[in-house]
Amino acid sequence: MTSEVTLSRQRTLNAPATLLPMLLIVALAGIAIAAPVLAPYAPNTPLDIVASKSLPPSRIHWFGTDNISRDVFSRVLFGARVSLSVAAASVALSLAVGTSVGAVAAFAGGVWDAVLMRTIDVLLSIPRVLLLLAISAIAAPLPLVALIALIGLTGWFDVARLVRGEVQSLLTRDFILAARASGVRDSRLLRKHIVPHLLPTLAVSATLGIASTIALEAGLSYLGLGVQNPTASWGSIIQLGKGLIDTQWWLTLFPGLAALTAVLACNALGDALRDHYAP
Amino acid sequence: MTSSHHQSAPDAEVVHSEPLLSVQSLRVFFRATDRSIARAVDGISFSIDAGETVCLVGESGCGKSVTALSLLRLVPPPGRIEPGSTIRFRGEDLLTLADEPLRQIRGQHIAMILQEPSTALNPVLTVGDQVAEVVRVHTSASKREAWQRAVDMLTQVGIADPAVRARQYPHELSGGMRQRVMIAMALVMHPQLVIADEPTTALDVTIQAQILELLREMRAKSGMALLLITHDLGVVAEMASRVVVMYAGCVVEEAPVEALFARPSHPYTEGLLAAVPRLGAEQERLTTIPGTVPAATDWPSGCRFRERCAYAFDRCVTDEPTLVHVGPGHRAACHLVDAPERRLSHSVSHNVPRSVPHSAQPS
Repeated sequence: MTSEVTLSRQRTLNAPATLLPMLLIVALAGIAIAAPVLAPYAPNTPLDIVASKSLPPSRIHWFGTDNISRDVFSRVLFGARVSLSVAAASVALSLAVGTSVGAVAAFAGGVWDAVLMRTIDVLLSIPRVLLLLAISAIAAPLPLVALIALIGLTGWFDVARLVRGEVQSLLTRDFILAARASGVRDSRLLRKHIVPHLLPTLAVSATLGIASTIALEAGLSYLGLGVQNPTASWGSIIQLGKGLIDTQWWLTLFPGLAALTAVLACNALGDALRDHYAP
Repeated sequence: MTSSHHQSAPDAEVVHSEPLLSVQSLRVFFRATDRSIARAVDGISFSIDAGETVCLVGESGCGKSVTALSLLRLVPPPGRIEPGSTIRFRGEDLLTLADEPLRQIRGQHIAMILQEPSTALNPVLTVGDQVAEVVRVHTSASKREAWQRAVDMLTQVGIADPAVRARQYPHELSGGMRQRVMIAMALVMHPQLVIADEPTTALDVTIQAQILELLREMRAKSGMALLLITHDLGVVAEMASRVVVMYAGCVVEEAPVEALFARPSHPYTEGLLAAVPRLGAEQERLTTIPGTVPAATDWPSGCRFRERCAYAFDRCVTDEPTLVHVGPGHRAACHLVDAPERRLSHSVSHNVPRSVPHSAQPS
């Protein structure tokens, strides 16, 4: 068993199926962090509204410029910041809430479990995208923090179910019984004995969640209900190119490719992790 | 630590006013959603004196492990300890105790050793951490002090190179060593009572002997009482001062170890003794008790053993036998006690040994 675990872990780390998406994610995160250094122009300042308006890609403007003469390359780099951090932050929120609710349901059992799980069933029956559209349409324009909260607080239901199942099965394990028989408190039991065993599940859930959230944020921003101009996110750049794909295709193509790469990389990593932990 | 420093020899006659642990009419039922009730433990009583080793014996499914778990109120749902049961430890009723004082008793005054050391240790924590954790949750010891006590304890349970071993994970240790770690976890707070649920069943025979020896040694050193749950009569003969035999959720016989092996009074005990294979005995087939333990949802009327008992007669169907005195410290729940002549008429046809099997001789 020993060698099996270490072997498969090494296999995962070396396998191209894991390594490639991981490298991509690291690269994208690096770009997001280093955007102010990498970007040749300020992302939100028009350069020359007359001379540099709607230019196609060139050596000076790699991804062209938009209708108010902002450099699209710089905006895509800064957009990575917004898009990725919105996704990461809202998934973190989802995981935190979902893990807590799931663990409480599994620990408390009985009536609490039933109430929490039925509530989740009801919440899951509401289509998430429609709910988000409705709320952001009513409350638009949403500040970034509100957007993160909104996406995060509508994304934890699946996590809660997953964690509940996992904790329920962990609670029947002998080492949990042994810890309880040693006088370990429930809070410590959760922290020291249960949460570490949830990490694989949470890692898979997080990577897949980030992928879907990047797409969700891009979609909302494209509809003008997510990240608001002038703040650049991949979705909000694409929104500017709406209806102009035949003349100013660069407004759609480059941020679209960026989002596609990020979503693919996260999905691929999530799948690889899932295969590794639950083949 | 314990107040009683007497090292009770296995055969010492016990005459204390209050035993260390006293279980009275303990009933643990599992209620299924289809309203069937599994009466896993159905009104058992026994007690354990300080420093004593009591063996709880019986087949799988007779309620031994559930009994052990209920002593620390750790019966898994939907199992429930029924009202009317009492478990008194040092004069305190564990069943009415609030959660926090109960938690302090677990691991500190009553500790537990589980059967399967490979699953009873947390795979993601080092073994040193797991022993030290017991110290940490019961004392205000610093991390460093707790670690030191853990390493000391690992030394005492016979782990070579304990400082190195303490930093290893369970999968890096052999089965025998893992069980030593479990014992270290159980004993690190010097509990007065240790419950060991089949502690050697999952181990190789040679390792079994070492673990039993270790338990005996630790018991002698600390004066703790030991409740040893086993189905292995060889273990009983080697370890016990007193034996409690369980069948179908009830205690059917209770006796000092010598009396049990010399004069088993319940046909079930006889059957268990007869089923121990003997070296040099000229039999082709191993002796077994016919049939299996009935389902806990559907105990037979009267005596629960009657369907498997060669002596069963009409009274066994109608009346449930109660434990009656058959000798000093020796009680049995069998109607044969009142009708010994029925046993004689059968003993020839039914191969029941009248003497102690050699391999199960008390040492």
